[in-house]
Amino acid sequence: MNVSFSLNYLQKPFFIIFNVTHFSFNQTFTLPPFFHLFLVRFMALKLPQNSLLGSQSDSQRTLYPYVTGTSVVALKYKDRILMAADMGGKIDGPVHMRYKSVERMKPIGKHSLLGASGEISDFQEILRYLNELILYDNMWDDGNSLGPKEVHNYLTRVMYNRRNKFNPLWNSLVLGGVKNGNKYLGTVSMIGVNFKDNHVATGFGNHLAQPILRQEWHENLSFEDGVKLLEKCMRVLLYCDRSAVNKLQIAKITEEGVTIHQPYSLKTYWEFSTFENPAQGAIGSW
Amino acid sequence: MPKEQANWSPYDNNGGSCVAVAGADYCVIAADTRMSTGYNILTRDYSKICKLADKCVMASSGFQADVKALQKHLAARHLIYQHQHNKQMSCPAMAQLLSNTLYYKRFFPYYSFNVLGGLDNEGKGCVFTYDAVGSYEKVGYSSQGSGSTLIMPFLDNQLKSPSPLLLPAQDAVTPLAEAEAIDLVKTVFALASERDIYTGDKLEIVVINADGIRREYMDLRKD
Repeated sequence: MNVSFSLNYLQKPFFIIFNVTHFSFNQTFTLPPFFHLFLVRFMALKLPQNSLLGSQSDSQRTLYPYVTGTSVVALKYKDRILMAADMGGKIDGPVHMRYKSVERMKPIGKHSLLGASGEISDFQEILRYLNELILYDNMWDDGNSLGPKEVHNYLTRVMYNRRNKFNPLWNSLVLGGVKNGNKYLGTVSMIGVNFKDNHVATGFGNHLAQPILRQEWHENLSFEDGVKLLEKCMRVLLYCDRSAVNKLQIAKITEEGVTIHQPYSLKTYWEFSTFENPAQGAIGSW
Repeated sequence: MPKEQANWSPYDNNGGSCVAVAGADYCVIAADTRMSTGYNILTRDYSKICKLADKCVMASSGFQADVKALQKHLAARHLIYQHQHNKQMSCPAMAQLLSNTLYYKRFFPYYSFNVLGGLDNEGKGCVFTYDAVGSYEKVGYSSQGSGSTLIMPFLDNQLKSPSPLLLPAQDAVTPLAEAEAIDLVKTVFALASERDIYTGDKLEIVVINADGIRREYMDLRKD
């Protein structure tokens, strides 16, 4: 039996749908008369008090991410930006790397490059928003185009407003670009926290890659040095981040435009003696 | 079906401290430049100070996205005011606007702890201190943010504010000279950086006086 109500509890209307299908297989389950009112009062007490979140559309809101990408690392070098991200899309759980060719970095307009970690479908939604933004910008046909600073600001507003509506886009974004010789690198989190810096990383990259970057980054890195530094960070992430895959892409953005290189793998070293005979020090049945 | 709880919070504390000290003809506003989340440092070079009007500067600590939104909101309102009244907003007027803006979001607050500093219409320094929902007060000095519990008692001791219960009402602005006040503020941040993990990296000091607005920086502990 399905019973639904509208209550003026706390002056906010919400609906309680009382579904009893889990009680029975195929028998009808009838409640005594007016019992449903008692149940509603009982359920109303049990519901969390934070009815700012309460509404029947709760099931439409993002509760947790499903398919996620791991860290993105980016740095400024000479007059350009370098960004790296691996190509894994992991389904929530211990280790289930479902997608191994997810491009998590995309060019935006003429001047910017966006990298995202977090929910892949939300990233695709963000790309749709940005597509529309760039389209309208192009339609002005006035010779001016949105630079990385403007796109970063737009993304910040989008993320913040979604967070205000309690329906966040579950991503940490890295936005880099060059316009008129000025390089720009910024980041936005899921709840709208944003800043720009000489080198940024999302997710695990904040813990593992940023310390390396803080130690070894300097102004006027060459392209080769920048790539070496990024590879160093990505290698550490590969060794230590469970959600990483050994298939990464490096993207470069200069005044001329964006180049996203072909995916490749990093060389890793596993010949440590302990790996060769793991049970050596602890003979046992497993 | 029991309702699922959201496992994310719309708020985060990005830390940092802000201080403002008012003098007879100047106002010093200072904040550190560290932005953190949890036990991590996000960036060492983020300004918490925002110039709202010619003689009015706000420093805010708390949740950075809310702070940014608040600053944008006030800047937009100030622009409208300038178009309508053909003049800059005075510091007490901006103080009232900030209070109203904060209270407007009383039931989903801006997680932003602000101090507003500037010169009033007579050119005397004034400092306004706020909580997250807009209750405010004109004072001679104030501190907000993660280090405020360490800084405020020190300022109370050094600047000996007169009791607000005294009659006739005594002004709380400090008799210190501008250079002495700046020195005091630098000391105060060095003090907070020692024990507060969210305060450090660099100190940004903004001084407003009759000549205009001046900015200086000082290095703080990076640990």
